[in-house]
Amino acid sequence: MAAETLTTPAPSSPTTRKSLANSTFARVARYSALRLVTMIVTVTIGVYLTIMIANMGGYVDTIMRNEIRDNTTQSFLANPAFRNLDPVVRQKLIQAKIASQEERLGLNKPFAVRSINYLRNALTLNLGRATNMTSDQGSKEVRLILLERLPATLLLTGSSELILFFASVFIALSLSRKYGSFLDKLTIAFSPTSAAPPWFYGIFFILIFAAILKVLPFGGLVDSPPPDNTVDYGLSVLKHLILPASAVIVSSIFLSIYNWRTFFLIYSSEDYVEMAKAKGLPPRDVERRYILRPTMPTIVTNFALLVITLWTGFTITETVFLWPGLGITLFRAIGFYDTPVIVGSTIIYAYLLAITVFLLDFVYALVDPRVKVGGN
Amino acid sequence: MNALKNSFRELVRYPSAVVGLVVILFLLVISIYALATIPYNEAVRLWRGGEDVWYQNPKYAPPAWFNVFSSKKEPVSFFVSSANGSMTKTVTPGAQGSSTVDINYSFDYSYDGYPQEMILYFTTKFSEKLPFVSVSWITPDGRKIRIADMAVDRKQTYRFSQDPRLQKRLKTDNAVMLIQALFVDPKAKNPLPIKGQYQLVITGTTFEAGSDIDAEFVFHGQLYGWAGTDLYRRDLLLPLLWGTPVALAFGLIAALGTSLLTMIIAAVGSWYGGWLDELIQRITEINLVLPFLAILIMVGTFYSRSIWVILGVTVLLSIFSGQIKTYRAIFLQSKESPYIEAARAYGASNVRIIFSYLIPRMIPLLIPALVSSVPSFVFLEASLAVLGLGDPVLPTWGKIIENAFADGALYSGRYYWVLEPAVLLMLTGLGFAMLGFALDRIFNPRLRDI
Repeated sequence: MAAETLTTPAPSSPTTRKSLANSTFARVARYSALRLVTMIVTVTIGVYLTIMIANMGGYVDTIMRNEIRDNTTQSFLANPAFRNLDPVVRQKLIQAKIASQEERLGLNKPFAVRSINYLRNALTLNLGRATNMTSDQGSKEVRLILLERLPATLLLTGSSELILFFASVFIALSLSRKYGSFLDKLTIAFSPTSAAPPWFYGIFFILIFAAILKVLPFGGLVDSPPPDNTVDYGLSVLKHLILPASAVIVSSIFLSIYNWRTFFLIYSSEDYVEMAKAKGLPPRDVERRYILRPTMPTIVTNFALLVITLWTGFTITETVFLWPGLGITLFRAIGFYDTPVIVGSTIIYAYLLAITVFLLDFVYALVDPRVKVGGN
Repeated sequence: MNALKNSFRELVRYPSAVVGLVVILFLLVISIYALATIPYNEAVRLWRGGEDVWYQNPKYAPPAWFNVFSSKKEPVSFFVSSANGSMTKTVTPGAQGSSTVDINYSFDYSYDGYPQEMILYFTTKFSEKLPFVSVSWITPDGRKIRIADMAVDRKQTYRFSQDPRLQKRLKTDNAVMLIQALFVDPKAKNPLPIKGQYQLVITGTTFEAGSDIDAEFVFHGQLYGWAGTDLYRRDLLLPLLWGTPVALAFGLIAALGTSLLTMIIAAVGSWYGGWLDELIQRITEINLVLPFLAILIMVGTFYSRSIWVILGVTVLLSIFSGQIKTYRAIFLQSKESPYIEAARAYGASNVRIIFSYLIPRMIPLLIPALVSSVPSFVFLEASLAVLGLGDPVLPTWGKIIENAFADGALYSGRYYWVLEPAVLLMLTGLGFAMLGFALDRIFNPRLRDI
């Protein structure tokens, strides 16, 4: 039977097959190890650079020391319990308090040592405690501060980016099928509108839908006061989500469709596609097997990179819409000179990026038979 | 040269390119006009000056051309002064060195609304005895309202709405009503401003030889100028005009710097190969890990908010982008081309090959990418300004939006304040994006049919 002849192993000696498997395994392993090492080095250097910038090469220490000295002295002077104390004794108390504060923040060690400590903690995801910020629950744990904001950010970035991605791929695919049509030309004509960032469209949306039509809220996450039951709460969040999410989607949908459409068109003008059409294959099959299949690696890459950017949030869009997400938190952390929060947010992004890029190589090999992991 | 002419001819065939070029030309004309008429120092003075510079303007006034589109006409601001002759001033000498100074100003008022405020600024000269003035107001129907009688110091300000005695005389309760009372017919049933010629009469008396009085009448209407004013009474026309060269300079320099440097680095890396290429690749990967916007915000917060520093950091962070990998792949291909082989054979130096053979071949790719990347840099500058990290000295579009947002312009219905800079930003973005699109199609023939 035909099926059986296909499944019978090719006549090759078991030893050569084993060595082949071995060499494949060795190649993949060697490649992965090398890749992993470069990734770790890259992430380490990137995070260390961020730490240096976030500390202004140590200058933030001076700012923080001055702040501690000011605040401690002020609090001692304002406290009536210390007013009648001998100035020398009081000074001693103040100095002791300052020293303990500096020790708490690790300011008593030189910056070079501390920057290495920061790096080690960051790389082991030991995010530590924020210097100035607190979460809404009152915690100073960087992990909690970031986690608290994560749902809001993921809601906004997730809903908008996923809709954007799938809508543009599918619309582009259908446009590429009938390119030259009116809709196609309209999309091309509109694609320059993507020159403006989401927050810019946000302003217009706020103006139209919140200020003039008064149908949607200006910003924020929920109504104030927040509704008691879960359903109303969810609906309220959804209502607040519409404007920022549409700002994100509208700001890039046309260019995104245009790019995907051009990309699909280039692939659908390949000879083998013409060949498939000439053979009389149904359009769906041509699309699935001859256009989507070779474009899969690009689609997957784009999707993977998109998923990790969800983490960072949209700093400015969140600011314009007062959306309590990670982007706005990072912005506030910078304003507070809060290095642990800045570094914590960076390291997670760096790790996600590195892991994604690392995994993508293997995904390519899975979706595209021409690609060999570690091959040339 | 011929090739350039040909590409230009081809460019004109694309309507989007023509629109883009027209927009860019328009912005360039504005920039040149702004730079030529308002020198840098003057622009900074007008933008950061303080109440002394802006006192003649009303607060939160939409532009004067709003009247064209509205059925209810609102008064437009103006100011006149006897010192420069825009108010008539006659001096009649009297006995013993005294004199009478008459300052008059009459103006047509055909609006349906009321002004925000009217202010008189007196400047007088005297050595011992203060001059004395009486101010009165003559309405179109011939009523004469006594405004104030007072001795005036060397510099004195009189605000109509803040005078409690005038308040009592006109039997009004607050500042807004006082100003209205000066314009309405008290006998009319529904109070509306009387249209016609109003006259402000200032009669002054000086008591010494050499003593003099000058007055400036500032009328704060509801509308002002071409662009309106903001919360500090600043004329928005200044940042709109001056924001244009700033935005164009930032966008163009950043785009040019980034794309040229990216290309040169990619060319050098792929030509020499080896450790240099490896190093460039690693730097690119590290740069991908760094949070771009966060670093810009940090630089703005910690180091300097000067637009040039931000520009430098932007370029530095954008050089080692994913684009370098694209260029590198193309350079690696063209490195093996016969014409490079030929150049090597005749003994061309490495630098010569890179700059005269490798890079020029890439210019068709470079130009569309360069033009298309301008808007993102223009918007980046505006974005940083919206976050409060704009240049502290320069008037820019982003600064207007930031001020408007901080002041809740959208909540309080002052849409002109946000829309004016937004429209200019959008124009800039669309102009470059449309031109870039057309260029992309011309230089990348693969896209031409699609």
